Amino acid sequence: MKMIQPDFRIEVDQDKCRKCGRCVFNCGFGALELKERIISDPEKCAGCHRCVTFCPEQAINVELNPLSFRPNDNWSPFLIKAIYKQAESGGILLSSMGNDKPYPIINDHLLLDACQVTNPSIDPLREPMELRTYLGRRPEKIDFEKNNGGFKMKTQAPNTLKVEVPVLFAPMSYGSISYNAFQALCMAAKELDTLMYTGEGGLPKELYPYGDHILIQVASGRFGVQSEYLNIGKGTQIKIGQGAKPGIGGHLPGEKIPRHISETRMIPEGTDALSPAPQHDIYSIEDLRMLIYALKEATGYKPVCVKIAAVHNVGAIASGILRAGADQIYIDGFRGGTGAAPFITRDHLGIPIEIAVAVVDQRLREEGIRHLGTIVAAGSVRSAADVVKLIALGADAVAIGTAALVAMGCHICQKCHTGNCSWGIATQRPELVRRLDPEWGAERLVNLVRGWEHEIKDVMGAMGINAIESLRGNRERLRGLGLDSETLHTLGVKAVGASMG
Amino acid sequence: METALNWEIDDWSDRIKTEGEKVIVDAGGVHYRTLNEKVRELANQGGKFIELRNINGQRYLGTGINKKDVKIIIHGTPGNDLGAFMDGPRLEVFANAQDAVCNTMNSGKVIVHGHAGDVLGYGMRGGKLYVRGNVGYRVGIHMKAYGSMVPAIVAGGTAGDFFGEYMAGGTLVLLGLGGKPEERIVGDWVGTGIHGGVIYIRGEVLPHQLGKEVGVLEKIPEKEMAELIALLKDYCQEFKLDLDEILEKPFLKLFPFTTRPYGKLYAY
Amino acid sequence: MNRSQSYDWGMHNPSGCGISSLMSVKKNMFRGHLVVRSLDNMVERGNGLGAGYAGYGIYPEHPDHYALHLMFEDEDAKRFTEEYFSSHFKVFDDEPIPTRPVPGIRTAPIFHRYFALPKEESLGNDASERGADEFVVNRVTEINTNIKGAFVVSSGKNMGVFKGVGYPIDIGHFFELEEYQGWCWIGHSRFPTNTPGWWGGAHPFTMLDTAIVHNGEISSYGINRRYIEMFGYRCTMMTDSEAIAYLFDFLHRKQRVPLPLIPAIFSSQFWNNIDMMDEEKKKLHLTLRQVYGPALLNGPFAIVVGHRNGMFGLSDRVKLRPMIAAKKDDVLYIASEEAGIREICPEPDTVWMPRAGEMVAGFYEEGLQ
Repeated sequence: MKMIQPDFRIEVDQDKCRKCGRCVFNCGFGALELKERIISDPEKCAGCHRCVTFCPEQAINVELNPLSFRPNDNWSPFLIKAIYKQAESGGILLSSMGNDKPYPIINDHLLLDACQVTNPSIDPLREPMELRTYLGRRPEKIDFEKNNGGFKMKTQAPNTLKVEVPVLFAPMSYGSISYNAFQALCMAAKELDTLMYTGEGGLPKELYPYGDHILIQVASGRFGVQSEYLNIGKGTQIKIGQGAKPGIGGHLPGEKIPRHISETRMIPEGTDALSPAPQHDIYSIEDLRMLIYALKEATGYKPVCVKIAAVHNVGAIASGILRAGADQIYIDGFRGGTGAAPFITRDHLGIPIEIAVAVVDQRLREEGIRHLGTIVAAGSVRSAADVVKLIALGADAVAIGTAALVAMGCHICQKCHTGNCSWGIATQRPELVRRLDPEWGAERLVNLVRGWEHEIKDVMGAMGINAIESLRGNRERLRGLGLDSETLHTLGVKAVGASMG
Repeated sequence: METALNWEIDDWSDRIKTEGEKVIVDAGGVHYRTLNEKVRELANQGGKFIELRNINGQRYLGTGINKKDVKIIIHGTPGNDLGAFMDGPRLEVFANAQDAVCNTMNSGKVIVHGHAGDVLGYGMRGGKLYVRGNVGYRVGIHMKAYGSMVPAIVAGGTAGDFFGEYMAGGTLVLLGLGGKPEERIVGDWVGTGIHGGVIYIRGEVLPHQLGKEVGVLEKIPEKEMAELIALLKDYCQEFKLDLDEILEKPFLKLFPFTTRPYGKLYAY
Repeated sequence: MNRSQSYDWGMHNPSGCGISSLMSVKKNMFRGHLVVRSLDNMVERGNGLGAGYAGYGIYPEHPDHYALHLMFEDEDAKRFTEEYFSSHFKVFDDEPIPTRPVPGIRTAPIFHRYFALPKEESLGNDASERGADEFVVNRVTEINTNIKGAFVVSSGKNMGVFKGVGYPIDIGHFFELEEYQGWCWIGHSRFPTNTPGWWGGAHPFTMLDTAIVHNGEISSYGINRRYIEMFGYRCTMMTDSEAIAYLFDFLHRKQRVPLPLIPAIFSSQFWNNIDMMDEEKKKLHLTLRQVYGPALLNGPFAIVVGHRNGMFGLSDRVKLRPMIAAKKDDVLYIASEEAGIREICPEPDTVWMPRAGEMVAGFYEEGLQ
């Protein structure tokens, strides 16, 4: 008895099909077989389109299974099937990637300004347009002394990290993604002169040469954390939480732990890598301060980033984190992606990144400590427009996870946790991993970020701004369309129709 | 307190006198609208040689006079938009000029015995602008050329950033005369966005000063050198300068790499 | 001031306009009508909806008192303000600011000036000059924010601001500026794009002895404002120029950033140019931009700032607004157009066009830069 019908249906046009078997070979989920003709097992289909992309005859297609429940705005097919699955298994339902449920998306309700008449727009193709951003703590003021008819600084220069474009690569652990995907991210970060975060899977030794563009993560599982590892990057990142699963730890099933991962993470092959929910040396904010300074002492005072999920009290948490000594706060919104998370956590916990950024930026300014660190925003940054809006709300930079994977071929089929990614991204199976050429992946990542760079410059020019620090926190250039007044007030944004001032 | 500018002139006879073929106008304190109306009237009545005295800040001098044989001499600093949209006349200024000289000028000749300001020759389509001294920012921006209509701007001193920005045609020349040795002859972003036309600079330009669309030639082809010399000969004649002295120092030629610099920028 | 409904259009007033200024490093005196005439020559740059002037050295009989110029919508506002004064200030002298009727100006607020010092007992711990300055700044902010219909136009010593809604020549005539003599005059004519103008919305904007006039509109206003309000300043006048005045006060008076480094913050050098500087200079500029990034003024601007020690002019980093400077003997002129300068100084010794982001400054008794 099959209570749960497949989500997808695979259609093969047998007239066009020349039985080359490419689709069968390409499917990581074993949903296709070639006998006298192509036979499909739709239950196994993840909807990742690998077969469709590689069919030379365009003879195969994947569509939603048209089998319908009676329309019901309350009991959606998703909810009904979830109950069938739990009635069968008694377990926690797992998914991957980010929250796909129809909560309102604040960025889609924000519009940008443009200059006309009273202020010229700036031509980004021909005149200077600066996106360079320095991440980290700054002094509150500078002391000067006279020097040779000019002035010199008595204050120390800030220990900041430079990126040429305010788009970073979000932490996605080596383990949750393949070595080739991980390598592509390192290569692209170097080419773009930006930064990538390792995630909690550590950094394979072969990639140490990219250290100048990497921030090393120290997470609750402390995977692979030894002193050479700590010092190879430009700084470290303490992971407290993640947008997709606030309050719970990482989960890497034993299937995704072959020898190389075992070596990198320093745990036995085939065991499950379960990160504890809290960091066991941080039960309260003063413990965080102790860890931050432990890392600073161990690395010669390289900058420390603390990553948190966006939750209700994010303003106070962020303030505490900066006062505890962090140089960067990385905030991951509720739509952020993941390699594996229970549905309930992924879909019902956390708050939108737009609100988190606005609240944290405002709160830090009110306390007079905004200069203590920079804000990196993540959690479903889907386009250059999202980047611009988050920076206008107060972020110093953004990080992309899902978008980066999509650039490398991901189709967001939400099956990462099975380890069968046909695209060679979220898998450790060698025959799948080798499909993703790191050079090709890096090129696509570079193209994506450069494309966004041009778009960001275009709209900055339209707003009459030629340096990104004049956009940062400049909510005056945003207007809300269709947002309630409470949300507008929290964002510090006016409704469309209001003029400046 | 009296206003500096009078709109109503009851009796022009106090202000206008004739000396041979020259009509001299005392423009002191006359608002540009009234003054320009009078100047156009004089030109339309057949006046070919007009001298304006006591000019200070009146805008749009020369605008709307579309006759090739009219000569106007200007004593005093003209206001912005000198020769804007002009088609034909010769204007000669014995003072510094301000911004937007030769704005979208179609044809004619403007000579400035002094320095001139920003955004000179914006969209200029023909004719010549000669400035004896320094010029400001965005000089020659979006100059155009077509067929025999080739505008030219020659500046004797230094220039600010964005020299020749977005040029689509025409000739821009910078001589660097009388500059201090530590001073740069031109600012940054030279020729940014250029896709037509040519820039000649009589001095040093470092690679980081150039727009990304610009190519540099140190050895200028003979035919083009001959054209440049012809232009400079005319310039030197106007300002009584020594052409040989100017030619002693070499010129750099700056030109566009391509006529379609943004071809790969857009994805369809 | 809590502006009454008739002026509060909730609208932003950007500043397209004209500037003229002059100062004598030897503190030789000029009558106020000179700068009026200069602006009148450039009248095309305004639309009659605002003009204003700052004069320095105009109150030689009160060299050490704060000369508080107040603007009142009605007698009530005047009364409330004077009550407020009595608790905080010792007023040595006060009188209406002399005005004359002018055809171009139909209605005008009440103008009154008070020569005062903070009450000793109100000063608390800090009775130094710095403490007194801070005290006055706070009282001015309180009046402007809390007393309905009252507005402090200027609060410096031996200087004053005269401004309102009208053409430069009308405002100059209205305030009888030919009767005043000062060693530094800064004038501005406005082209606001929202009507009608509010008398307090004209330039200059002041904070103690500092007066700023501004031509242009800054696109970074949203963040400049949020940044400066972090330090207790309140932007109440719906114009970007106000934020610039407060930023300058904060950077120079409070943060003690030396004057020659102000351009590195307001019109920062481009990163590419900073990368090419030598080590010490590079470190300095990198740090200034990283610390004071939210104070960068983006968008077109030309500003002239008058202060206790002199006057300076500065334009934006890509020179989107005009600025001309000239010198004759001991006098420095800065204006939007050369013709404006030649209207009052027909034969200057030198005339030049300052570069983008390059400060043109004159200091009293130290010579011109």
